[in-house]
Amino acid sequence: MTANTQAKPGERLRALKGHAQDLRRAIVSMVHTAQSGHCGGSLSAADIVSALYFDIMNIDPSQPRMPGRDRFVLSKGHACPVLYGALALRGYFPVDELSTLRKNDSRLQGHPVSTYLPGVDATAGSLGLGFAQAVGMALEGRMLKAPYFVYALLGDGELNEGVVWEAASTASKFGLERLIAIVDRNNLQNDGKADDIMPMEPIDKKFEAFNWRVLAVDGHDMAAVLAALEEARKPAGKPTCIIARTIKGKGVSFMEDKREWHGKPPSDDEYGIACKDIEGGCV
Amino acid sequence: MADREMRAVYAQTLVDLGALDPRICVVEADLARATGTGPFAKAYPERFVNVGVAEANLVGVASGLSATGKKPFAATFACFASRRAYDQFFLSANYAGLNVTLVGTDPGVTAAFNGGTHMPLEDLALMRAVPGLAIVEPSDPVSLEAAVRIAAASDGCTYLRLQRKSAPELYPAGEHFELGKAKLLRQGKDLLIVALGALMVSEAKKAAELLAADGLEATVLDLFSLAPIDRAAIVKYASASGRVVSCENHRVTGGLGSAIAEILAEEGVRAKLRRVGVGADQFGEVGTQDWLADHFKLSAPHIAAAAKSLF
Repeated sequence: MTANTQAKPGERLRALKGHAQDLRRAIVSMVHTAQSGHCGGSLSAADIVSALYFDIMNIDPSQPRMPGRDRFVLSKGHACPVLYGALALRGYFPVDELSTLRKNDSRLQGHPVSTYLPGVDATAGSLGLGFAQAVGMALEGRMLKAPYFVYALLGDGELNEGVVWEAASTASKFGLERLIAIVDRNNLQNDGKADDIMPMEPIDKKFEAFNWRVLAVDGHDMAAVLAALEEARKPAGKPTCIIARTIKGKGVSFMEDKREWHGKPPSDDEYGIACKDIEGGCV
Repeated sequence: MADREMRAVYAQTLVDLGALDPRICVVEADLARATGTGPFAKAYPERFVNVGVAEANLVGVASGLSATGKKPFAATFACFASRRAYDQFFLSANYAGLNVTLVGTDPGVTAAFNGGTHMPLEDLALMRAVPGLAIVEPSDPVSLEAAVRIAAASDGCTYLRLQRKSAPELYPAGEHFELGKAKLLRQGKDLLIVALGALMVSEAKKAAELLAADGLEATVLDLFSLAPIDRAAIVKYASASGRVVSCENHRVTGGLGSAIAEILAEEGVRAKLRRVGVGADQFGEVGTQDWLADHFKLSAPHIAAAAKSLF
């Protein structure tokens, strides 16, 4: 169940920051071992995923398919190291298995596959597809009058996909107030700056025009992330989009805000520096 | 002969063609760095369009460019080019009679570490169902350059299946290729092996060596284009031995093996066929290309075993 809601505010924040640090360590370790994968967009989402998996979400790792659980859809599926890290550290599968990322026959594929791994709620990786699935999950919750929340994490580059806006329309049509989309707004995608490759601003106005409630937050300020997620759960008669301003590669000095770390593995030396940066608590 | 990076050959050929023909343009969907078309963007920035992470839009925009007289080369991973943008390619480009080359990169097991979500094992089946579409999968850098030139000279649509990584040169520079004409790589009396694309042609050649060591002489065809297909060559060599093995980096459903089965049945060729490819009930997996090729029984020993099972 939710892990830390009863803790004192200071302890709660300290614990979640610690979990975010553990996630960052797991991310760079996985991608270093695999020598393949996406560090940048995983690190930018580490604080958000820490808040969700170690605090906000109603989940039970011993019952991955618990019917009333909250759902998490990693629509930006290439950031799966952050999801795999969270699932392993919450006990869905052994932490040792993280070292099999992208290896022959691994359950930890380059993008999340729900049939392989307990705790993965949606197969995703073809951008935009996960978000539409999240809308369907929230719609089912509404049909069943089930009180679960569906959290979907999208990349800002992913907003280029047309299906994102088809799904956004559907969510507002049905007033899916238990659907919470979080945009990891790190302003970098594969080919360059998101604002250059395909300008999507004003993202807040776009979601508002689709009749969503929009919240903006610093995606690395844990207290603010928690406050936004709690605000988003208050009934509004419409879905909520949290635009989380983030830094791609956050927490690793040489990766921060660098396009080339979208999908590049660290060398042994770089891995050493990354570990020191994370220990030093850049976050 | 030397290995050359296939995507570099693709990009350089477009740069060369772009100098001669101002209609040539490149359309990308946030994978320009993967496709390697940076040199084209640098040489002809006004003819380079990046539509962002939006593959349906990619093919729609390419179709519109073609409708106003351009010759667009639109590229993305083959899983998105086929599964994601099929409606746009079918209708806006092909049915509309336009002139779009759609490039699907990282086909089949060459998608490797990206895993099952990104492993296109059905793109050839989908593309074969498009009337009049030329489907080309080059086997080496020389045939790739030829394929790009053929697509650029064509008035219709082309699906170019492109392995991005390096591949050894199988042909001398300037070798002539045409749609519907297979290349005879080896001639033998005992069976016919038909292969498509760099990975499978390479494995088929190795398999022929393995078979030769066991006293079986195989004819090996590098098909080059799946559509139009070299019906005459398949009928000729299949009839001669009565034994055929098809080799595709693709699910066995609806691709090369299926196309050959249709020809053999329609032409009344008395031949047994083994289809080497990913199993009809299998999705993609994650791993190294070599491991995947072995796992899905695409590699030379599996081709040789399939061949021997015909005797």
